[in-house]
Amino acid sequence: MTLLQPGFFSSLPVQNALLIGAGAALLSGAAGVFTVLRGQSFAGHALADVSAAGGAMAYLLGISPLLGFFSLSVLGALALEALGTRRAAGRDLAAGIVLGAGMGITALLLYLDVTVKGSAGAAVTVMFGSLFATPPGLGRAVALGALAGLLGLGFIYRPLLLASLDGELAKADGVNTRLLGAVYLLLLALAVTLSAMAVGAILSTALLIGPAAAALRLARSPVAAMGLAALLGLGCAWGGVWLAYQSYGWTPGHVWPVSFFITALVLVVYAAASLARRA
Amino acid sequence: MTAALNVEGLRVTLGGREVLHDVGFSLEPGAFCGLIGANGSGKTTLLRTILGFTSPSAGRVALGGAAGYVPQKLQLDPDMPVRARDFVELGLNGHRFGFPLPSRARRAKVEEMLAAVDAAGFAGQRIGELSGGQQQRVLIAHALIRQPKLLLLDEPLANLDLRAAAEIIALLRRVAKQGVTVLISAHDMNPLLSAMDRIVYLANGRAASGTTQDVVRTEVLSALYGYHIDVIRVHERILVVAGEHGAHGHEHVATIP
Amino acid sequence: MFAPYMLDAWIVATLVALAAGCAGYFVVLRGAGFAAHALPMAAFPGAALAGLLGIARFYGLAVFALGGVAGLAWLKRAQRPDAATALVLVALLGLGALFLSLSGQYSNAVYALLFGQILGVGPADLPPAFAIGLGVPLALLACFRPLTYSAIAPDLAAARGLSGAGLDLLFLGLLAVTSAVALPIAGALLVFTLMVGPAAAARHLTRAPLPALGLSMALALVIAWAALALAYLTGLPSGFFVGTLSAAAYLAARLKR
Repeated sequence: MTLLQPGFFSSLPVQNALLIGAGAALLSGAAGVFTVLRGQSFAGHALADVSAAGGAMAYLLGISPLLGFFSLSVLGALALEALGTRRAAGRDLAAGIVLGAGMGITALLLYLDVTVKGSAGAAVTVMFGSLFATPPGLGRAVALGALAGLLGLGFIYRPLLLASLDGELAKADGVNTRLLGAVYLLLLALAVTLSAMAVGAILSTALLIGPAAAALRLARSPVAAMGLAALLGLGCAWGGVWLAYQSYGWTPGHVWPVSFFITALVLVVYAAASLARRA
Repeated sequence: MTAALNVEGLRVTLGGREVLHDVGFSLEPGAFCGLIGANGSGKTTLLRTILGFTSPSAGRVALGGAAGYVPQKLQLDPDMPVRARDFVELGLNGHRFGFPLPSRARRAKVEEMLAAVDAAGFAGQRIGELSGGQQQRVLIAHALIRQPKLLLLDEPLANLDLRAAAEIIALLRRVAKQGVTVLISAHDMNPLLSAMDRIVYLANGRAASGTTQDVVRTEVLSALYGYHIDVIRVHERILVVAGEHGAHGHEHVATIP
Repeated sequence: MFAPYMLDAWIVATLVALAAGCAGYFVVLRGAGFAAHALPMAAFPGAALAGLLGIARFYGLAVFALGGVAGLAWLKRAQRPDAATALVLVALLGLGALFLSLSGQYSNAVYALLFGQILGVGPADLPPAFAIGLGVPLALLACFRPLTYSAIAPDLAAARGLSGAGLDLLFLGLLAVTSAVALPIAGALLVFTLMVGPAAAARHLTRAPLPALGLSMALALVIAWAALALAYLTGLPSGFFVGTLSAAAYLAARLKR
């Protein structure tokens, strides 16, 4: 097995995969720091599940999957905002049951994708992602989305940090916490969308939570945590792409799913960071 | 001189139940005032209403200037990678959106504030790693750095040992001496007795205010509780207990002037 | 709809609904929603691996679901249990994707295991369905009082010698085997809804414990039958009907109150 198979960087699908993986990992890592600190892992997970219906819908309507995922996760973010994210943070049964209904609708849409549109791989692409098979133009759109998301995150950074420390205190200091929460959920929806493009809707939590939780174990300041999380995420995403590319030689004629490698790497990174902290 | 805080005829209803009935008092600049009452008497509701988090069903709150707020305790994620110094700086600019540039003047202001509350020694530690008293100092610095006219503290002594509590009270006294009005809620008035020059006593959702001598008396508190209350003074400490013949004590009850 | 080849599907759906409706009641009672959500996901790679190795699906599912119970118990002691558990679950789903990808039947199998395929039930599914459809409700009924007691007052139950951790493990084990038998027909993403939707609805309709349990099982039965019939008649996926009917039952019960 060669370290870098010839053609790794010159292959167009690989370039596209690296670009999408980078965009998703950088924004999700940075935004994920606040998701973890605010105890909103559940909200991120819920948005991802809801966005799956959007991904399935995109096939049916023939629109860009980016648009499909994003429109539904924004809708989900608005619903969460209306419900109050603090309450949904627990194991709220109502939220779980409504999500179940959403999954049922996703099932229907995916079924229609296959039967009406003949998109046989829709279920895999939407739920588990298929990074090597994304349309070529998507890489640039994802990179732009990530850039916009990172700028937005920087813009709300200080009030968001204060509100994550203590919501009441932020209010007393004059932060419009409602507006802040809504903008933050919108950015979260964008991060989830990009991650769903990379590793699929039900796996996108990995890029959002994993690098951030690992970075929080190691970093000494919030900015350092965001930077480290973005880098760890990037490492996992690119490492996953590389391993998947290599896997072509392991089981002849067959590429292992990129998403498997990315999620596995994220778990390894998290476990290593936990052990490093304890040591 | 205008009052630093003026509360008039305040009524607050929470979940269909009136929690505060007609509460009124006024504090002049530089006052050190204890907001005293048992758990559930409405102290937190009153503070939240003054801060504007809860809107009253009647009455009004007038502030003579900006208010700083010190919550009882930060509900912190243990991994929160924020140092005490960063947290105090957030008091200065945490409410602003946008991209901050590093500024030497801001740094200097933060260090000055940290020194003023005797927090310079642990300014570089994570805020989650600080002891209760240390965290309380940092919270006070966070609130003071924007130079408020009024400082509201929600049960700052509740989680502190006796020594840390005495130190925090001494610090707050210095703050009040510099003209900042201090309103501090507590369920036990004794640690504050020597420091406070005003008291607002809450019971049954009603308030009596004045000096400790005026308010903490059998007649006044019995009227407040609607039950016979004994006020016992021992070695300059005060004990407020239900009277022996409380059930028959109504004839002793006077109304608050 | 009642042709001989459909008989297996009807029998399995009935048994699964009985077990899921009964387990769901205790999920709601004990606040174990998270475990009910996590165990089917943990079981998912088991089905994929069984397909790859050519063994009966149920065994793969049961092994991974029971492994999930051990994992949950272990991760509960992690410093940040929610994040750690979420990451392990996602990694397991990724592992399932790998197994399915290796077995060749990628897209169809992914769909069937995530969203359920009630019409794909065969004679091989009957023995485990009978064992669990009858065994789980009987076991849970036998433990009805201890499970209720320790859910309502864990300290009191422990003082009477009921081990909270032991009961938890027993309950989660039953939940795991229920998930394993329900997963092929309801799907990894929808087992939770089939369990919890009817139970949460029943809790809104009646306060008494035993009628609520019975109602939960009855509702689950109605939903499973309706989903099977509608899937057969319309040709649409059963997961769609399981998800929407469960949510509809829950919402209707909430609105009725």
